[in-house]
Amino acid sequence: MALFPDPFDTLLTLQQALDSFRSSGWLGSGPSGGGGYPPMNVFRKGDDFIIIAELPGLNKSELDVEVKGNSVRVAGTKPVRFPEKAAVHRRERVAGRFDRAVTLPVQINPDGVKAEYRDGILALFLPRAEQDKPKSIQIG
Amino acid sequence: MANAQELAVREKKELASKEEKTVPGRYYVPYADIFETDDALTVVLEIPGVEKKDLDVALENDVLRIDGRLDFAKYEGMDPVYTEYNIGHYTRSFTLSNKIDQARIGAQLDDGVLTLTLPKAKEAQSRRISIG
Repeated sequence: MALFPDPFDTLLTLQQALDSFRSSGWLGSGPSGGGGYPPMNVFRKGDDFIIIAELPGLNKSELDVEVKGNSVRVAGTKPVRFPEKAAVHRRERVAGRFDRAVTLPVQINPDGVKAEYRDGILALFLPRAEQDKPKSIQIG
Repeated sequence: MANAQELAVREKKELASKEEKTVPGRYYVPYADIFETDDALTVVLEIPGVEKKDLDVALENDVLRIDGRLDFAKYEGMDPVYTEYNIGHYTRSFTLSNKIDQARIGAQLDDGVLTLTLPKAKEAQSRRISIG
């Protein structure tokens, strides 16, 4: 029985809890992904998919979006800059490198993928591959 | 040991207010950085998704209130399939001390980051005292 809680233990359980919270059956983690940032919301519009992530304060030149097969990778650096002689009173924003890859359970057409970054929101438009589009069944 | 460079994923803080709202839409507290330089106090808030037209920064009774609303019309026609974070409006209030020159407060919104510059009143700026 430990008298003092092991700090590394708490950290590990927290990480595991967060990981299990994030890993779902729908969105798989991609081959190059590391970490769960940025959190993404996936929407469906007709047959196509749209991934939205909140990434405020990014420089478009520091943002990389890659598509391979049905995996999408979003990587970059989120900057938080303070002037040299500033006294920081409160620090709540996170900063650093992020690299996340997700795999969709459907096939997407990589040539039709469009990415838009506006007002701190990154929107990825992923059109469905022709061969993977569902067929509408008539009900007799 | 967690890598210092890794970005942490955090849940958004929902605003728990005494009054209930009559219109739909949850309000979240945006993350803020506050730092001070010689001539101003700067507050930087992260409000992704808020456009200039939907942002309201008001000063009343020494309370600076930031209210940023999201335009849900952009999400029309989209069905959520898998969600990891909450979407909602942002609001936060700060009480200003009398050391701030309230007439010269500046605000700048870029890429979802709102930078508020609160210049210090002349009397509050540090002064070097020469020793005779």
